[in-house]
Amino acid sequence: MQATLEIKPQELELDAGLLARKEDAPPVIELEQIHKTYTMGDVEVHALRGISLTIRKGEFVAIMGTSGSGKSTTMNIIGCLDRPTRGKYILDGEDVSAMSKDERADIRSRKLGFVFQGFNLLSRTSALENVELPMLYAGIETAERHSRSREALRSVGLAGRENNHPNQLSGGQQQRVAIARSLVNRPALILADEPTGNLDSRTSIEVMEIFQKLNRERGITLVLVTHETDIAEYADRVVVFKDGRIKEDYPVEQPRDASAELKLLPDVEQEED
Amino acid sequence: MNLLMIIRVAFRALVRNKMRASLTMLGIIIGVSAVIAMVSIGQGAQASVQAQIEGMGTNLLFVSAGAQNVGGVRSGTGDSGTNTLTVADLEAIRREVPSVSMVTPTINARTQLVVGNQNWNTSVQGVSEQFPDVRKWTVASGAFFTDADVRSSARVIVLGQTIADNLFPGADPLGESVRVMNLPFKVVGVMARKGQDPQGRDQDDTAFAPYTAVQKKLLGNTRLQVAYVSAISQDATYTAQTQIAELLRQRHKLAAGAPDDFTVRNMTDVAEAANETNNIMTMLLGSIAGVSLLVGGIGIMNIMLVSVTERTREIGIRMAIGARSSAVRRQFLIESIVLSLTGGLFGILLGIAISVTIPSLLGWPTLVSTTAIVGSVIFSAAVGIAFGYYPARKAAALDPIDALRYE
Repeated sequence: MQATLEIKPQELELDAGLLARKEDAPPVIELEQIHKTYTMGDVEVHALRGISLTIRKGEFVAIMGTSGSGKSTTMNIIGCLDRPTRGKYILDGEDVSAMSKDERADIRSRKLGFVFQGFNLLSRTSALENVELPMLYAGIETAERHSRSREALRSVGLAGRENNHPNQLSGGQQQRVAIARSLVNRPALILADEPTGNLDSRTSIEVMEIFQKLNRERGITLVLVTHETDIAEYADRVVVFKDGRIKEDYPVEQPRDASAELKLLPDVEQEED
Repeated sequence: MNLLMIIRVAFRALVRNKMRASLTMLGIIIGVSAVIAMVSIGQGAQASVQAQIEGMGTNLLFVSAGAQNVGGVRSGTGDSGTNTLTVADLEAIRREVPSVSMVTPTINARTQLVVGNQNWNTSVQGVSEQFPDVRKWTVASGAFFTDADVRSSARVIVLGQTIADNLFPGADPLGESVRVMNLPFKVVGVMARKGQDPQGRDQDDTAFAPYTAVQKKLLGNTRLQVAYVSAISQDATYTAQTQIAELLRQRHKLAAGAPDDFTVRNMTDVAEAANETNNIMTMLLGSIAGVSLLVGGIGIMNIMLVSVTERTREIGIRMAIGARSSAVRRQFLIESIVLSLTGGLFGILLGIAISVTIPSLLGWPTLVSTTAIVGSVIFSAAVGIAFGYYPARKAAALDPIDALRYE
């Protein structure tokens, strides 16, 4: 099944205007001299040694690096799951570097969407209910919850799959449910942590197509963590981590186009329905 | 996130694991239904004792020969060896105590009743003609003997239903002759059926004859063991009790400070004693059943702890997408309360069903107690909170990063 995206025309126009001036767009993430030190017994481990990074609205950034490079720690801090030991982090205009556990939970609820490598859907729970979950914690009314989750599922090409449980969906479909879940609270930023790690190459391209469409057509800011260079090439900008520091930060001149690649691929067996 | 939504989340989580949820509830179901059934058995027993005591008349007093405790030696009340209560005493009570309306002695003679080739071992009680009024016991057929019969020591007898059934199966005993210790007594009446007394003895296995006849013709002595006295009203029983005691002390010429050689008790005291016994029994049964409730609660805690470990990833997901620790804690707490309360509700239904079935199955009276029902609901909710708190706190304390990484 091909992912078909349905975008409302007025949203398209609005975001097209934004896209034109990406360099002037307001920053979504501002990291200033972020340090993170873990104490393991008597040994201090410096996971991050002064990271400064600005990501603006509408950017699609891939974060790369080997394990131990500090990319996961950065991801956790950007995702407000963890706090920096030192440094300042401003997310969508709010300083979150010193926020309490509960405040960070609220920030995650309002401003962030997560997509994980292992999908992380609730088992024995329908796709619709999985997508509704973030809104439940954001305190959104039942009727609106239903309409928004249906809309989100449709936008990732899963209309008609609302009542399927994760074990009745393929890996690609499960990841699309997870993407719908990350979208549904209209976050300022979607964080995807190795989203294609558990998928075959064709399904990976399909998932990247959804990300590209969300970014290009709806102007959603995306941060993608990956260790695969060919996946990073779908983004507009690549940030490479090494030993707790940013080693490289460069724009991708010619990002790969997932939609075009999918058209070229032989029309293999459709994902079983 | 409001409470209603958390309750819904908790319900969904439980419905996802129906088998486990119902097995966990089983512990509470058994506990609550056991408490309700046990308490209703206890209350049923209490109610039936109460009804029997009230059936005997609440303005009833017992006067018996001998004291309950005299130097700890002569312990028996109504001991047949004591001669301290006489017919003259009773007549004086009837005549001189204004708060007393009726008096009847009871002189017990255990003997064999013979009719033709049938015979029956029973107790023949010598009483006065006021006995049916004092004991609120009516005559089913014929009539009770009269004042004249008592004065003339007439050989007449009134049979209890059990005796009538056994000595005259299928026949009318009225006017027939019954031999008591080889003396013929004429049957003038048959008492209405009374059933068992609070001690479980068959009250219908008794015959009644004028006490004068029993004393002179059957026993050959004038000893009196127990007398029933009716006060003019229930309020007058305590006055009557003191007045009788004063009169008897005076008549027996007891010096001030000397112990009573008689005992006067009233029905209220007897009822209280019986109540106390029953309360102890109810509490004992209820607390044994309560232990099973406690075990059920531990079962809930066990499952909730397993559940927290098993659902670590789920907790991580919920936290990552914006659940506060408090929302996670409340979810698990509510899951555990829902488990225990739902179990409690099913337990109440089962308990009531058992209580309703027991009388026809075992012949024990039961009384479903609202206190026990309300108590079990509160207790099962408390079990849910108490045993769900620790697992819930454990869930809320998880770190989302670790929880998401948990395999």
